[in-house]
Order: sequence, then C-alpha cells, then structure tokens
Amino acid sequence: MKKLDKHYDVIVIGGGATGAGTARDCAMRGLKVLLVERFDFTAGATGRNHGLLHSGARYAVTDGESASECIKENMILRKIARHCVEDTGGLFITLPEDDLAYQQLFIEKCREAGINAEAIDPDLARRIEPAVNPDLIGAVKVPDGAVDPFRLTTANVIDARRHGADVITYHEVVRFIISGNRMEGIVMRDVHTGEETEAVGSVVVNAAGIWGHLLAKKAGVDINMFPAKGSLLIFGHRVNNTVINRCRKPANADILVPGDTICLIGTTSDRVPFDQIDNMEVTPDEVDILIREGEKLAPQLATTRILRAYAGVRPLVASDDDPSGRSISRGIVCLDHAKRDGLEGFVTITGGKLMTYRLMAEWATDMVCAKLGLTDRKCTTAETPLPGSETPLEVNDTKKDKDGHPSRQHIIELPTEQLAAEGRHGSLTEEIRWQNPGDDALVCECEQVSVGEVEFAIDKLHVHNLINLRRRTRLGMGTCQGQLCACRAAGLLDKADRCTERALDDLCSFVNERWKGMYPVAWGDTVSEIQFTQWIYSGVAGLDEFLDGRDTEHLLH
Amino acid sequence: MDYQQANISDNNFENCTKCTVCTAYCPVTAVNPDYPGPKQAGPDGERYRLKKPLFYNEALKYCMNCKRCEVACPSNVKIGDIIQAARIKYSTKRPSLRDTMLANTDFMGNMATLAAPIVNGVLSLKPVKKVMDATLKIDCHRTFPKYAGQKFTTWYKRNAAQAQQQFANKVSYFHGCYVNYNNPSLGRDLITVLNAVGYGVLLLEKELCCGVAKISNRLIKEATRDAEVNLKAIRNAVSTHKAPVLATSSTCCFTMRDEYPHLLHLDNAEVRDDIMLATKFIYELLEKNQIKLVFKPGFKMKVAYHTPCHMEKLGWTYYSTSILRMIPGVDLTLLDSRCCGIAGTYGFKKENYRYSQDIGEPLFRQIESINPDLVATDCETCRWQIEMSTPYRVENPVTILAMAIDADATRKANSIG
Repeated sequence: MKKLDKHYDVIVIGGGATGAGTARDCAMRGLKVLLVERFDFTAGATGRNHGLLHSGARYAVTDGESASECIKENMILRKIARHCVEDTGGLFITLPEDDLAYQQLFIEKCREAGINAEAIDPDLARRIEPAVNPDLIGAVKVPDGAVDPFRLTTANVIDARRHGADVITYHEVVRFIISGNRMEGIVMRDVHTGEETEAVGSVVVNAAGIWGHLLAKKAGVDINMFPAKGSLLIFGHRVNNTVINRCRKPANADILVPGDTICLIGTTSDRVPFDQIDNMEVTPDEVDILIREGEKLAPQLATTRILRAYAGVRPLVASDDDPSGRSISRGIVCLDHAKRDGLEGFVTITGGKLMTYRLMAEWATDMVCAKLGLTDRKCTTAETPLPGSETPLEVNDTKKDKDGHPSRQHIIELPTEQLAAEGRHGSLTEEIRWQNPGDDALVCECEQVSVGEVEFAIDKLHVHNLINLRRRTRLGMGTCQGQLCACRAAGLLDKADRCTERALDDLCSFVNERWKGMYPVAWGDTVSEIQFTQWIYSGVAGLDEFLDGRDTEHLLH
Repeated sequence: MDYQQANISDNNFENCTKCTVCTAYCPVTAVNPDYPGPKQAGPDGERYRLKKPLFYNEALKYCMNCKRCEVACPSNVKIGDIIQAARIKYSTKRPSLRDTMLANTDFMGNMATLAAPIVNGVLSLKPVKKVMDATLKIDCHRTFPKYAGQKFTTWYKRNAAQAQQQFANKVSYFHGCYVNYNNPSLGRDLITVLNAVGYGVLLLEKELCCGVAKISNRLIKEATRDAEVNLKAIRNAVSTHKAPVLATSSTCCFTMRDEYPHLLHLDNAEVRDDIMLATKFIYELLEKNQIKLVFKPGFKMKVAYHTPCHMEKLGWTYYSTSILRMIPGVDLTLLDSRCCGIAGTYGFKKENYRYSQDIGEPLFRQIESINPDLVATDCETCRWQIEMSTPYRVENPVTILAMAIDADATRKANSIG
C-alpha cells in the first residue's frame, strides 16, 4: 500500500465548507494539514442548499443561539468573502393566511439575537421587491443576502493550500489506523482506480457532514445523526433581487433566494434512511409543494422557466442524552471523542449550517490545537479576507474609488464575460488571461465563462473534470444546462491532460448529471431544451454509442 | 401535479433553447467580432441584465434591428425586440447630435426640400463629406439620397387630390419620408397604378415619420409621440373609408405593424391588419379577379429582386415578386435573401460603415453576376445601398409595374371612364 511521507498534525476529512474552512484555519495556525475529500469539494450538502446568507432571522424565534451565531457570521462573511456574498437584503412577509401577530414576536426575538429587523409598510416592501406577492399584509426587513457556497469553499481550499495544506480529492476514507485508544491515521481509496493510500497524523477531524455518521462508525464511534432531505428548484432567471421569506414558523418552501443569475425556492424537509443519502432524487410531490408555496412568495414564479431540481441532505444531530432523536439541535456540534468515547486524536465537527462554517472550523481547530498543546495559536479567520476578496469590490455604486478614480465607469466598459468573471473570482480575476485572441471566446454562453476563465480554473482551482469545472465557474449551470458548453469544455480539459477517452467519459457523465436535475422538471421549455441536447449528443456526436457498456457512474460526483 | 402542468414560462426570452440558429443568420455577427450576436445580446444577456443592469453591454448598438434572427428562430423568441428594448432601457449614453439628426427624417427632409438643389450639391461635395465625417462621424464614403425640389404632399395637393374623389373605391396611402422628400415619383406611380384599376388614393389627415430611425437611435419619447399621431390618423382613415392604409416601404409598414406594439407599447391591434404594402393589396385584388392589368406590348426587362430584411420579417416577398412575374417580358431573378448592410441610419455611421459594406458584399457580387437591367426592392435604404455599391439602378416594384402597364388600356379593362 502507498503511504504518504509526511506526518500530518491534522487530517481533515470532508471537502465541504466546514472541512475546507477547518483545513484553512489549521493551516493558518501553522499546522501541517491534509484535507481529504471523497469526491469533489462541495459535492455534498455544501453544494446543495439555498446559498442563503442567513441573517439568522429564520431561527430567531425557534433557536436564539443559532440566530445570534448567524448574524455574527453574516457580518464576518461580508468582510472576508466579498466575492462570494451579495448584499441583497431580505424580507419576511406576512400573507393574509398567516398570523400577523407572529411578526411582533419575530421582531422581538430578532432584536434579542442582535439582528436588525425592521417592520416596514407593505407598500414599501412592494417597492423594494416588485416581485413580492402583492397581497402581503406585513413585511420585515432583515440583513439577509446570498452566498455562493462553491466559491466560498474553493476560496477556503485555495487559502489552505497557500498556507501549506495538502489537498486530495476523489479519495474515500475506508478505514482508520487505530492503535490502542489512539487514532493514528487513515487509509483512503482512490474512487477511480481503487488504489489505497495510507496517511498518518496526530489528529483526525471528521467534517464529513451526514457521511460523518458512517465514518465515525468505522472508528467504532456512534454519533446519533439523522439525514434530512431538502429539495429545491432553480428558476431560469432572477425573479427577485431581495431574499423573500415567510414570516411564520419555519416550514416547507418558504425561502426564495436570488443567487447569481438565477433564483432558488426551497426547501422541503423529510427524514430519509442512510442507504439513500448518496441517491437523492426529487419527487413529483416535492416539486409540487415547491411550486405551490413558491408562488405565494412571488406569483411570477408560476410563469417562470424551471431549470432543474436538486436535493441535499442536512446532518441533523441528536443530543447525546437523547438517543431517541426527538431532540434535534440545529446548532454546532463539536465532539472530542477522547472525552466522549475514549478514542484519542479524533474530533467530529458537525451540525451547524453553511452560514456558521467558519465558526465550526474555529471550534474544531481550537480543539485540535488544544490536543496538540498549541493553545497559543489564535484564530484569525474572522479578520483575514479569503483569496479573491483581498481587495474591495470594484463593481459598486460609489462614483469614485479611494484614489478618486471613477472605478465604476471603468468596470461598466468591460465585456460581459470579464464582468461575470470578476463577480465569480473577485480579485483572482487578475490571473485570468484575456490578452490572446480566443481567450475571451465563450465556452459557456449562458453563464459567460470564457476560455481564459476555464484555463485559469484548470490551472489554479483544482479542476480535474467537467463537474469540478462547473462548481468552480458556473459552467453548465445556465439555461441550457451544458448543452453548448459541455463539449467545448471537454475539449479544453482534453487539451490540458491529453486523454481523449477520459474527456469523453467525463462528457458522458456530465451530460447525464445535468439530465438528472432536469428530469423532475422536464416539461415546457425545459423538455425542449433537453431534447435538443439529446439530439446534439446522441444524434450528432454519437455519444450514446461511445457510452454503450461503459461505466461512468463513478464520475457522476 | 396541477402546479406542474400550469407552470409554463411566459417570459419570451426563456423560450430560447440555445440552438444558436439566430447567430448563424445574423448579418452582423459574421463581420463584426465586437458584436456578441443575437443569442448572447438577446436571451442570454437578458438574464444578466435582470441580475444587474450594469451587465448591459454597449456593443448591443451594433445590432441593425434587421430581425433576421427572429425569422430564423424556431422557438418564436423576439430576439431583435429583446435587444432593442434593452438598448432603450439600459443604455446610459444619450443619443448624439448625429444620431438625432439622422433620426429626425421629417425635420431634415422639410428643411432640405426647401433648397433641394443646393443641399444636394453641397452634400455631394468631397470637402463637405470630409467635414461631416470628422465632426459628425457620418462616413464620407456614403452617398446621401437626393432631396426632391417639391414634396410629394405638395404635388399631391396641387395635382392629384381632387381627382381621387371621383373614385368609388378609396384607399389611404402612407407615403413615408422617402417618397415625400426624396422620391415623389414612386408616390405618383402608385397613384397611376391604383387609379387605373379603379382605386382613388387618399393621404392620411396627418402623417409623420413612422419612427424607425428614432427607435433605432433611442429617441423613444419622440418616436412614441409621432407614432400616436400616425395611429390616430390610421384609425380614422380605416373607419371612415373601410379600406386599408397602403405603404410602399416595407420598413414603414413593418414598423407601424410590429415595432409600435413591441417597442413603443402602443396598441395597434384594431388596425394592424389594415396596414399593408401596396403590392400585397394589388396582388390580393388580382387573385380575387377584382381588377385586371393590361401591359404594354414589347415591354422587356431583366429584373433582380432583393428581399429587404423587414420584408423577410413581414413574409411578404411573395406578393412583390408575384406581381413582377405577372409582367410579360420581365425576366425575374429572386436574389438570395440577405441583408444589404445599410439598415437605415446604421450604415451612415462612421463606426458601422465598414461592417455595412462587408455585410452587403455577397449581395453586390450576386447582382453583378446576374447583370440585370434593374434591381427591384421594397425598401428605400436598400436602394441607396445597392445603388451606391453597385452600378445598377434600383426601383420599387410599384414603379416597375407603373412602367409596364398600359394605363389607358388598364382603365378600360376595369371599366373606368
């Protein structure tokens, strides 16, 4: 068996926001870090949620502690991750069927949690957000926003690597190396080749989300987790530019978030068995609920094209003193398995939310440092901007920048693809090439991803296949869902790693993965789109013949 | 499942399935790499503009508004309208003096016809062209259409108005700026033909420029004001005479039928079908055997017909070419339907001139290879472009018809005294 030479201070398992954030925090505190991910970064719950920059208002009434964590992290992310965050503002609306009395309690609880919640006139709400249901009888303004979880996680990974961390994707941890009561390392298996590799470290952090439950079992530790499936729908363009929530106890499909070029309605919430967590499909009933409830927030959704449906799995954690699982916490759970289970060198960080990933990373890193006897290493992630956010946003509404130059004017003259790239990569955009003819040619037309941006992503953003590329750049996330860009991008990847067969396998699995999300909403324009895509890839390109008998299932993540 | 069945997009730009046939048919994309093409400028760009208006790209000004993208689109996306509407809504640049001058065809026409010989002479002087090129950015290679010494409306009042009253059947005529200020003889030709088959030709109580130039130069307030005047006059004419309003310009016709509701948001539904090209009106009368045409014996002419972009959009090329084909002695070639490149005021602008000529090049070559006696087309700006770029004379099909018929014999055949 292969063995990595280094002895790591910490091995972090899980390439979601929490794992990437923990790897970054540990690396910034000077630890030798290995980050291991089974598939790609953001392949789990991190890449399958609303992308809502919670103000915390949603939890104010039911969970004050989570609410105040959210608002604090919200303010921090605005500072350290400006290129991942959009300050859209949010509304909590009361509809005629809702109890207006709830609004008073809601505002009170928001203020207790430190959230600036302000009741506004329904008329003003209609002016702020013209797409809002005009029948609303009440509205509260809160500092919600949108956050791009893909960019956020990638930025954490980049920074972890800048601070010396090693990062390995497409490797699944199959067992732990345990000696007596001490965790000493991991054995990971390459999901493509099956080859196993050993890595040793002083502390192992389990940041694998819901999969952490199964992982812990492999270490002989029980964590009482419950997978809760949440489904969402992506609409073809931005119907709203402000987050719209229902001002009532949290329920199904009561948040509509504008994210990049699209908007998202969600979620549903259903417990699912563990054997289903790698196999999330959105059911017709869920689609129905999402449309029905979505229309109540913004009636225009009823006549807006739906691009796709997807579902993620929340890791709900039962309190240790309640094995029945009835008492569920949405808060952060950081477990020291030495104290809890007598297994030294093993930490689990779970629960929480995308919003609190940084705080979770901080807690986990604090615990790791304590175990290593390095308590003097202080966390600086709340103040240090992420790569891409080192410079202030150039595209803003102020007329002059700090040197008195009209920066906005300059940026307005940029071609759309450069403007879009700046929105995605922030100050990293400087590394994208535009000077050669063809650099600005578009690979993904819907999302304005250029050849230069794809090449930058392949070089710098840990891209090995089309799905990686999609998560790093939004390639294939637009209206046509990969119809035009998939083959162009496959060509560029082929050019980069010179293996046409791999590029073709990759292309097949990418097109299939896009279809998977379109299938639950395949009617109207979306069905015409997919049919056209099918003509191109099976009719013209002959991919179905190439695919015949080949197994590309393992490439689907 | 009820919600799913009902969830169908009513956003026209979302009907785009990204097939890109629009971009393949776009005359500008083929020659100008700075233009993003109709798909990207239209439905793709719309998503970005809805995200943030700052994603509006000034390169959309390169769109000629030829609507060939809309003709090509299999999903009925109003791509040209989306692009023009975006220019109107998002552009922060004010129309320049040049654009305002080029767009105000009525004002310029009225001024110029007062001193037509001087204006024509001055506008064709090289130094003047150089000055206009340098100061106004109107390209010096461009030939200005000659202004007429007498406006069509002046001639009509003095020489034709009274005679029209004797006809039992009457139609109205929207002459347009070109007939009024530059080519009154086309208006006279229409009257000759229609009088011969028993129709009196009336003018509208008031007529202003159809607005196409103002719309494409984003003078929307002015265009809307003019359009409201025209629509009122058209409504009155249609209800009084129970007869259509004819035009001899495919662009005027198209603008009043489609751009008024789509871009100026004026409701023209009750009269839209009554606004039509003269050739369509004449063709339909012939088809129903309500009129007869008698042609001059020995009339011989080799004609090449060019389909203007807006004619392609109207889908009415068939009417004009069928009429030309009815003329014995006319040897008609239907040229490949492609843009001539001028697109109204577009081709006069210095920044567009080169693209304008590049777009028209294949058309000019085809005309030369056919070597016709005359090129026929229903659009005046196509005429300027072809006459400037080839050695051939260009006429409206109505003029050719007037040349070909024996007016007296036709009158007799239709029992007109």
